[in-house]
Amino acid sequence: MRPFTYSRANDPASATKELAGNPNAKFLAGGTNLIDLMKEDVERPSAIVDISGLRLTEIKPIAAGFAKGGLSIGGLGKNTDAANHPLIRQNYPLLTQAILAGASGQIRNMATNGGNLLQRTRCPYFYEVAMPCNKREPGSGCGALEGVNRLHAIFGASEKCVAVYPSDMAIALAALDAIVKVKNASGQERSISFTDFHRLPGDTPERDTNLAHGELITSIDLPPNKFADKSYYLKVRDRASYAFALISVAAGLEMGSGNKIVQARIAMGGVAHKPWRALKAEQFLAGKEATAENFKRAADAEMADAKPLEHNKFKVELGNRSIVLALQMAMNGGKA
Amino acid sequence: MDVNETPDLSDDEKKLFEDLMPEDLDEILDTGVNRRHFLKLVTLAGGGILAAQSAVAEQLFTRPLSVPVAAELSSATIENGVNVSLNVNGAARKLLVDSRMTLLDTLRERLELTGSKKGCDHGQCGACTVIVDGQRVLSCLTLAASCEGKSVKTIEGLAKGTSGSTVRLHPMQEAFLKHDGFQCGFCTPGQICSAVALMDEAKRGDASYVTEDVRKKTAPVQLSTEEIRERMSGNLCRCGAYPNIVAAIQEVHSGKPVEQTFRFSA
Repeated sequence: MRPFTYSRANDPASATKELAGNPNAKFLAGGTNLIDLMKEDVERPSAIVDISGLRLTEIKPIAAGFAKGGLSIGGLGKNTDAANHPLIRQNYPLLTQAILAGASGQIRNMATNGGNLLQRTRCPYFYEVAMPCNKREPGSGCGALEGVNRLHAIFGASEKCVAVYPSDMAIALAALDAIVKVKNASGQERSISFTDFHRLPGDTPERDTNLAHGELITSIDLPPNKFADKSYYLKVRDRASYAFALISVAAGLEMGSGNKIVQARIAMGGVAHKPWRALKAEQFLAGKEATAENFKRAADAEMADAKPLEHNKFKVELGNRSIVLALQMAMNGGKA
Repeated sequence: MDVNETPDLSDDEKKLFEDLMPEDLDEILDTGVNRRHFLKLVTLAGGGILAAQSAVAEQLFTRPLSVPVAAELSSATIENGVNVSLNVNGAARKLLVDSRMTLLDTLRERLELTGSKKGCDHGQCGACTVIVDGQRVLSCLTLAASCEGKSVKTIEGLAKGTSGSTVRLHPMQEAFLKHDGFQCGFCTPGQICSAVALMDEAKRGDASYVTEDVRKKTAPVQLSTEEIRERMSGNLCRCGAYPNIVAAIQEVHSGKPVEQTFRFSA
């Protein structure tokens, strides 16, 4: 690991100021991804500002604004605490399931909610500094494009980058229409809708999100929804636990009378550079009956645009079946 | 070495001191000086750099590991040093660490607690699992600098009593012995720390990915074999002692003897 200065921040204002003054400084929260990337020499900060002691950990109901009646989750709360909070388990079980699908008990005890969103891709070409990678070193090329790309993107990729985004939690947050609240060194706050938070790679794969340097995630706000009892997070992976998703699907169905779907929310993980909202599938399902046939047609509509690479063609059929299965499990209380 | 132990200066150190400040030596030796005091003086005198150039100093600072200078590193010998006070297995520890040093390396290399193991050093195997403020975490991905004011429990701190016949193993340690929950033993300290913390998580009613309905909150949770396997998935065992590990945890969790079933594969 390269040398860096270390300081502990006592409040958000001093933390953001310290970062603003140094383009090579980084916040340290749970550290589960950053420390590893520093050991790998992928991340090379000259200064670490430890924000893990800041009291942005509260989970509380939202009384006003867009997400009125929803829940605000502190950016520096731990993943374990968010997953097990009674209001989240009751009103946003999709989020609980998604958090618990990721990592291990130890890592969820360390990882923070804001930090989880800022995980970097696990593309092996990004991790291996001897390989070209436009995300790690802009202009060096993409090793995965014509390399071993079994784990890579089938939606929204570019010639510059075919990496996928790794978080499970964020896939549920995309389906839940969450809002990310951030604060900068001038004390200005802004709200970023979840679909605008992460970016597609385009020509600048080195930028994962639309967060500016020095902006601090203060909370993640969840608007209320009407599908808590009809939701499911399905994760398909190479081993049964403690592995990143090949494909994951967060599904929620708001039902009306007569088995009619009022609104469907579907987001996919393991398929793109950001949480992938399956808008075509959602549009197809709105107003339709919740039948196996309609689920299949919705999945077909979404997956028709998939552009697989040499080694990940299986993800197209897997994604199709995963959408259908996740919708069925959402309807049937978690049973297939 | 206990942090409060303060042995006298060695001959080498006396010689170095003489090189640096000959006129002060007798007076200081007469008034009593210990090694910690000496190193501090060397630093204060700007001798950190000076000392590093001296042949005697070279011997002094590269002496074999058996002499525990570790706890007495000065800020001049560490780039980006951070002072940390933490509690380890019930004892208050105060030390100066390189900002890059992980909690795992601090436990193993500075505090002589080598029970926690370095398996992958990348948060993928769980061998380094320790319990910080009651929660199981990975010490290989934790900076020691970030542990200010925290309480760390390692495998060495689980048993009650200090030595000989007064030692009483933690029930989880007993169960691992009884059920043969290991083969080579390298992952075992992490497995046991993880399992000990898991017992508290189950008492609290925490959910897992295999919990049938997370909306139903019940505490305590009765852990099925499937639940234990999922919740222990962050601890890998290359010897494949998993069935015995699960049996050991199940026994402690249920409070009832768990029958071991051995079968020859066909």
